[in-house]
Amino acid sequence: MVNCFHCGDACLDVEIKHDEKSFCCHGCKTVYDILHDNDLSYYYDLEKNPGISPKEIAGKYDFLDNETIVEKLLEFNDGTTQIVSFLIPSIHCSSCIWILENLNKLNPSVKSSQVNFPEKTVRITFSAEENSLKNLVILLSRIGYEPYISLDDSDKKEKNINRSLIYKLGIAGFAFGNIMFLSFPEYFEHSEFWLDQFKPFFRWLMFAFSLPVVFYSGSGYFVSAYKGLRSKILNIDVPIALGIAVLFIRSTIDIVFNLGTGFFDSLSGLVFFLLLGKFFQQKTYSYLSFERDYKSYFPIAVTRLFKNSEGKTVEEQAEVYTVKKGDRLLIRNNEIIPVDAILIKGNALIDYSFVTGEAEPISKQSGDKLFAGGKQQAGILEVEVLKPVAQSYLTQLWSNDVFSKDKTGVFENITDNISKRFTVVLLSIAFISTIFWLMVDPSKAFNVFTSVLIVACPCAIALAAPFTLGNVLRIFGREKLYLKEASVIEQMAKLDTVVFDKTGTLTTNQKNLITYEGVALSAEEKQLLTSTLRASSHPLSRSLYNILDKNDIQTLDDFEEEVGKGITATFNHNSIKVGSYEFVGFSDETNSEFKNRTTVHISANRVYKGCYIFNSEYRKGVAQIFKQLGTDKEVIVLSGDNEGERERLEALLPKGTKLHFNQKPDDKLNFIKNLQQNGKQVLMIGDGLNDAGALKQSNVGFVVSENTNVFSPACDGILDASQFKKIGDYLNFSKKGVQIIKWAFLLSLFYNLVGLSFAVTGHLKPVVAAILMPLSSISIVVFTTIATQYIGKKLRMDINKQS
Amino acid sequence: MNIIYMLLAISVFVAIVFFVLFIVSVRKGQYDDTYTPSVRMLFEDELVKEGGSIKSETSKEKITNSKK
Repeated sequence: MVNCFHCGDACLDVEIKHDEKSFCCHGCKTVYDILHDNDLSYYYDLEKNPGISPKEIAGKYDFLDNETIVEKLLEFNDGTTQIVSFLIPSIHCSSCIWILENLNKLNPSVKSSQVNFPEKTVRITFSAEENSLKNLVILLSRIGYEPYISLDDSDKKEKNINRSLIYKLGIAGFAFGNIMFLSFPEYFEHSEFWLDQFKPFFRWLMFAFSLPVVFYSGSGYFVSAYKGLRSKILNIDVPIALGIAVLFIRSTIDIVFNLGTGFFDSLSGLVFFLLLGKFFQQKTYSYLSFERDYKSYFPIAVTRLFKNSEGKTVEEQAEVYTVKKGDRLLIRNNEIIPVDAILIKGNALIDYSFVTGEAEPISKQSGDKLFAGGKQQAGILEVEVLKPVAQSYLTQLWSNDVFSKDKTGVFENITDNISKRFTVVLLSIAFISTIFWLMVDPSKAFNVFTSVLIVACPCAIALAAPFTLGNVLRIFGREKLYLKEASVIEQMAKLDTVVFDKTGTLTTNQKNLITYEGVALSAEEKQLLTSTLRASSHPLSRSLYNILDKNDIQTLDDFEEEVGKGITATFNHNSIKVGSYEFVGFSDETNSEFKNRTTVHISANRVYKGCYIFNSEYRKGVAQIFKQLGTDKEVIVLSGDNEGERERLEALLPKGTKLHFNQKPDDKLNFIKNLQQNGKQVLMIGDGLNDAGALKQSNVGFVVSENTNVFSPACDGILDASQFKKIGDYLNFSKKGVQIIKWAFLLSLFYNLVGLSFAVTGHLKPVVAAILMPLSSISIVVFTTIATQYIGKKLRMDINKQS
Repeated sequence: MNIIYMLLAISVFVAIVFFVLFIVSVRKGQYDDTYTPSVRMLFEDELVKEGGSIKSETSKEKITNSKK
């Protein structure tokens, strides 16, 4: 087997020899020629087979002639120089970076180009006088780096990256370090001539450093505590804010009245560690987006037909948003229909799998209604718009309330849960010990009261969850489950119901399991069938062709394809008919057996032979997953498809699994809502736009994705399809993570007890606080990290054992 | 010993300068993409070899000569 020099794919049907190298297709060869002629063959030295085979793009980018669309895509434009950023999903290796950053060798109008590899974007500055955006896009597509342009690009959002956490962390760390140095002398010497001389100066300098820590870095804790108290929740930030405030006030009083050094070192250290935990908890996968809606799936422009003054029909490229009811649109092969419309002309074969969950493309006759989101698969269509893009059947889903709500903060987290009790106990200890000292020695009472609040500040408790979850988040990332944020893990541990979508989730998108039923075909007939299928571009023909032996391909004498029906072909006086049951010629009997199933029927020389049945192929291990999950959870299948697969699913899945078919997108959403109202904690696993509502409504929504480059709807986590069968292990793993947090709570409560024993007896010196607080924080970090890495290793071993 | 006021002032000033530089670099987006520059850096080396291969060879020779 020879592999393509450009893209590395195996050369299956054809092998093109060129320049002593082999190529799998003409596209790859062309890219090689372009690069070779421009002295860019270094591309092939950097990585082996780095290329991407370019796709057919004729006419696809005509909409870039429309200036308003171009204007929306451009980041900067002064008439001569234009800057544009493209998302290029096919960026995957260092050769890609090199070629894209050397674009100016291919086209001198490009002034500079810069790749952001993790985000898979390239930012190109080019001269508008010498080149147009359209040519640039075509150039990129020709060398295999086709940019992904969608409706999402048309409403330009300011890239607003919130970096305030880094600033806060930076300031806290900076102040912490400096204050440590300044407070060091007093740790060891109580009175010494020079020390006494400089004491006030050192102390006020520490005070100055602590100001930004309290009022900027720590500000988030005060805000959150205030918000918590207003909604009558004692969240973890209440005792933290109390601790920070008491630390600062007590320390200021200490230095004003010259009572001691104060606790500025502990104060800044506390804030620094807390922010560090927050920072660690974040892990962003810059090339994945968890917030996408239909806009990133829909095209930005569409071809509109209208009659000009002379009565001639003219094509124009219009923005999708400007399309109105009654407009005529032209939909090309492989384009997505962006609006609800009526089919006027053309043979429609529409793939709705992503939108409704129906597995096979559906053919439509003129006069039929077409829904937005379907992908045309056979030739050109002319349609009349019924509803504009924002009001279509599919996009209506996004006007549901769930999409305007923010999921985070809805669920109570484990730390706030413990903080309720902790705060109450802490305050009672503080008051009891103060009352005790008021009776015994009133001069110490204030001292004890503040000491209790200082030393019991739940820094370690607040760190337990962020570091554990942060670690678990990274372990999941390594195992190809990409979570949106750490709080999802806590929700995962609580789940008791799992709902699966069928098409694309339980089934794979790539392969079909094809079986033949009927009279066996002779070798000659098989030959003829293969040759016939080869000429057809229908998706079913393509997948059938791929599984057949490809020997002795003949050039057919006659070939006719009736789109939506079937193919007739003849060779050497043998004729063959391939297509629907009716087409093959036996229309009288409506065969109920084949209803709801995808079949291709064959007749040779007017004799019915049999049919190929296309079954969707289920992912490996579906049965085991259901068994594993079924032990302690309720498992449900929710499909937008018809009931054709019911029997197969029932045979495949454990008995008692609930199956629901013909579920529309908002049915799915309401189904999940119902489960939740009955007190269920629901995990939704889906893949397409039709699951978007259910994913958003569920407690945790995961998307299964074959290729993380392609579009996936808004969700809490993206699961790589190869890891699909491990979903049960992952759920168990999240439970173990929560267990670790609970152990860490115990550990930090122990530290608090030690600290409190110093505080209530009135012995808390700044140096004790300065040792105890970082010590407890660091040991929590160490404990949670070691524990999560240990269970992470076990997870890895379990997975390896299974596979 | 009063020099300590000046020393502290200088050290705090230097620390603040570095701190401001850090903030500025974060704000400019220097830490947004930490991967691509590491790859890009290696290209330029290779490119020089390709374009001016003779030059780099001669300089290598010089180094080996001087070692002898």
